[in-house]
Amino acid sequence: MSLTHDDVHRIARLARLELDEQEAAASQEKLNGIFGLIERMQAVDTTGVEPLYHPHAVAQRLREDRVSETDRRDAYQAVAPQAEDGLYLVPKVIE
Amino acid sequence: MLELSLKQLAAGLSAKQFSSVELTQVFLDRIAALNPQLNAFITVDRDGALAQAAAADAARAAGPVGPLAGIPIAHKDIFCTEGVLTTCGSKILSNFVSPYDATVVARLKAAGTVMLGKTNCDEFAMGSTNEHSAYGAVKNPWDVSRVPGGSSGGSAAGVAARLAPAITGTDTGGSIRQPASLCGVTGLKPTYGAVSRWGMVAYASSLDQGGPFAKSAEDCAILLNAFAGFDEKDSTSAERETEDYTRLLEKAPADPAKPLAGVRLGVPKEYFGEGLAADVREAIEAAIREMEKLGAVRVEVSLPKTELAIPAYYVIAPAEASSNLSRFDGVRYGHRAAEYRDLMDMYCKSRAEGFGREVQRRIMVGTYVLSHGYYDAYYLQALKLRRLIAEDFKAALSQCDVLLGPASPTTAWPIGQMADDPVQMYLADIYTVAINLAGLPAMSIPCGFGAGGLPVGLQMIGNYFDEARMLEIAHRFQLATDFHTKAPAL
Repeated sequence: MSLTHDDVHRIARLARLELDEQEAAASQEKLNGIFGLIERMQAVDTTGVEPLYHPHAVAQRLREDRVSETDRRDAYQAVAPQAEDGLYLVPKVIE
Repeated sequence: MLELSLKQLAAGLSAKQFSSVELTQVFLDRIAALNPQLNAFITVDRDGALAQAAAADAARAAGPVGPLAGIPIAHKDIFCTEGVLTTCGSKILSNFVSPYDATVVARLKAAGTVMLGKTNCDEFAMGSTNEHSAYGAVKNPWDVSRVPGGSSGGSAAGVAARLAPAITGTDTGGSIRQPASLCGVTGLKPTYGAVSRWGMVAYASSLDQGGPFAKSAEDCAILLNAFAGFDEKDSTSAERETEDYTRLLEKAPADPAKPLAGVRLGVPKEYFGEGLAADVREAIEAAIREMEKLGAVRVEVSLPKTELAIPAYYVIAPAEASSNLSRFDGVRYGHRAAEYRDLMDMYCKSRAEGFGREVQRRIMVGTYVLSHGYYDAYYLQALKLRRLIAEDFKAALSQCDVLLGPASPTTAWPIGQMADDPVQMYLADIYTVAINLAGLPAMSIPCGFGAGGLPVGLQMIGNYFDEARMLEIAHRFQLATDFHTKAPAL
């Protein structure tokens, strides 16, 4: 497998990363090196093997449905790039 | 004071040989003198530390206190600390002051420790050299032209240089054990689920685990007592009884000449193959012989899937990272680009400006392996290998108490050697990543020196939740040897 120039741009777009032409070329080379390493695992026949998502097979815990946290909105929004009246501000998305 | 163990520091404080303020000042002065050269700390909180030390002295004067009261420590800059900058070694969080403490931080605070500051690391814990930090590379105190290892390089270098008696770290694929090995200190990655991940900024959530760096196994056990244990805020925290990790350390051996009698040491042949440097092999073999002299028995074992661990890890970890790091979007916290056309452009520019190259690469690898049409071939295949790897360990650990081997194939290498070669850097993780895939506990303890007087670490891998046993073996080795007491000349 080898990633093309278009693949790299498509992945960057999916990952929400701006990539200029020069960076794309450098990334393409590095990513193909990494996938060369990753490809080694294709040699193993894993038919019938159950995937292991997590080290311990445990069920998610449930808790009582009650209020456990206090309102700290102001503290959390103090670190936002732009917040006003309790809202996070972003560029206009709906005309 | 620099060379004292945590127990000795606690005894000194309680005997009023020195106060916590005096002790804290000693370490603050040492950081001020040596950090410009080592770059182990990103943030030093001088005023906060002195205030906490004064509070610890007052608490001690008022009544009985715990074993860590008044002892200065530091945290890897990936643990959220309320009111103190948390950068994760990234530009994207260069202005992030957390509104809350991580559970590990809160518990160590409750134990009365004094926080000196936050240690440098590879950006979002992605790297094995500490060169991938937006705040500059950390230097190895044994030779400042060499890397300290990573990603918790600042933590390992900080303990090695005696900038703090103990520092926290995190280990997703070796990020505690490998820098501990390269810097000649003791570092422990607990069983997955033993230490709360709450407030520890996530890299790969099914692999991440926090743990201690210190001068000895005994110190690591004392630290674990303070911060390990069930936390309902972490959905993968193990619901277990609180345990005393020091409980096996004090027990007198039946035969004082054979303190390791009955211990079976598993030696996996795949950890001694091609690629292992001769000086590292020699030091590891000598350490195993020393343990045999102390009464342990060597058992030859095999971990046949060892070489598949790197490709499996470098699919699973980036996949989880690409998902975890999607939260950095320039909306709720962190860096936002100065100029952008629209929301999409704001995301793309903020992230491209905020993340370094290695983080961007891993996000892209992860995005690709999870994308439509490639999921089964990469992500699912990696998860199937993960099961085979975990089964390898299960079989090996059924024949012994701990597995022994190197944590790194070489001693510390020169800064710059792998800086822009991800594949070479990934290959150097051969002895550590499989342990995270299986979720087992493991540690690295100093066991000798290689060419040029650079430290070598012995990796011990234990069974699930068997840290106390592993710590006991490490402690008995450290009682009989002095590698862990050696410090670099600075």
